[in-house]
Amino acid sequence: MNTIDTGDTTWVLISSALVLVMTPALGFFYGGMVRKKNILSTLNLSFIMMALLSIQWILYGYTLAFGNDIAGLIGGLNFLGLNGVGADPNPDYAATVPHMAFMAFQMMFAIITPALITGAFVERVRFKSFLLFSLLWATLIYDPVAHWVWGGGILGAIGALDFAGGAVVHITAGFSALAFAMVIGARKGFGSYSFEPHNIPYSVLGAGLLWMGWFGFNGGSALAADGIAVNAVVTTNTAAAAAGLVWMFLSWRDNKPSVLGIVTGAVVGLVAVTPAAGFVTPLAALVIGATAAPVSYFTIKLVREKFGLDESLDVFACHGMGGLWGALMTGLFASSAVNSAGADGLLYGNPAQFGIQALSVVIMVLFSFSVTFALAKILDATIGLRVSEQEELVGLDISEHGEKAYA
Amino acid sequence: MTKKIEAFIREEKLQEVKNALHEIGILGMNVFEVQGHGRGGGITLAGRSGTYKVDMLPRIQLNIVLSDHNVDKTIEVIQKCACTGNSGDGVIFIYPIEDVLRIRTGERGREALMYGAGDIDSKEKQEELAA
Repeated sequence: MNTIDTGDTTWVLISSALVLVMTPALGFFYGGMVRKKNILSTLNLSFIMMALLSIQWILYGYTLAFGNDIAGLIGGLNFLGLNGVGADPNPDYAATVPHMAFMAFQMMFAIITPALITGAFVERVRFKSFLLFSLLWATLIYDPVAHWVWGGGILGAIGALDFAGGAVVHITAGFSALAFAMVIGARKGFGSYSFEPHNIPYSVLGAGLLWMGWFGFNGGSALAADGIAVNAVVTTNTAAAAAGLVWMFLSWRDNKPSVLGIVTGAVVGLVAVTPAAGFVTPLAALVIGATAAPVSYFTIKLVREKFGLDESLDVFACHGMGGLWGALMTGLFASSAVNSAGADGLLYGNPAQFGIQALSVVIMVLFSFSVTFALAKILDATIGLRVSEQEELVGLDISEHGEKAYA
Repeated sequence: MTKKIEAFIREEKLQEVKNALHEIGILGMNVFEVQGHGRGGGITLAGRSGTYKVDMLPRIQLNIVLSDHNVDKTIEVIQKCACTGNSGDGVIFIYPIEDVLRIRTGERGREALMYGAGDIDSKEKQEELAA
């Protein structure tokens, strides 16, 4: 019989609250970058995920991700409607906290992941299509992928390391954002005039809250109030700091040290350290953050200038490429001296780990991109992904929600 | 005769222009926050990655209605104070005004433009009467 540790349980509950706040924080981070006429719509694309995915998760999402393994691909229905998920710990996932606390912590990840994608299609998506897309996306992509890595599925079995969701959350969201942006098309006027961010202070506020919330995201993924959690919090902070500084210099080199750039850099550092946080040292996190910044910085330019793609708020560059970079770096810098439950990476004499990381990245990229592309195409052909041109010009706050943000 | 001056100036020059106008006795004015651009076309701002062009720039529109013999003095003060020598300093338009009515008193024409002893139009009027 496993006994509940009150310290561990407290930390997991606090971490759940920290991760929950990241979703509205993301809304503000994104909301600051859109035009005034779409701020409510953009905030709501994140906020509504807390409502929609909370219900999906307790009804069937949790069991698809963490139910009894079926062929390494998906969880069974044994936890349907949280059947059997109660106060007793589940030693497969977290031996010292109530199973329901583990479920609640994981729910926050299921909520924020589809919210991340919204940056790809803000200012033009039809709300009802978005709701349906998010529900299907969570069911067809997030739940299976979470199962593959954390729920006893194939990627966990081959030894892929993903401490807090660099791949499960960020690669899937980032590459799905890329696919969705390709299907829905650019905002009207994209490329012919600049879309000025309407409230950069919102983005700074959102990024600050994301940084704080990420201590729960990565620190809580230790599922215990122990040395690994502390290591994860310190590596998380270090990577955010390093990436924010490097981004500042990149932006300075191009013009002036943009504040929006600095806070974006910090978020990219947080993304990149996510798969690594509990497996690497703080100095390794410094390198991961510092190198992730130019990867995302130049990807933004490439997507906009070379491909001319309106992936509006750079979810692919920041989360897709940031997460991909972090997952690969985990294969370099992971150390079993930091976490005996992890593995050694290439730099610690285990090149095979790098190969495993690369393989898992390729699988995630192909799966999330192709399924999202197909899903978006089908929805576009049936119910339509976009609002009408007139509705887009008026702005989604009025045309989709009948509200005005600023009187 | 009455004229209206519409001056488009840099936001940061408003206080300086307003103080200088008060000193020569221009007491009444309206101020609007406007956006626009002239031949300069716009500026480049720092973006998330790289830069972007902004072509609608914030400016202040200053409206002053006064007697036409005060126009030259007034636009001279505005030009002197609002000038930085760089592109984007703005422009001044001058229009004829048909008539003026002050709502509180019902005064018309030049009387409606006078505010008291410190006012440019009042001083001119007193000098005229004395002469």
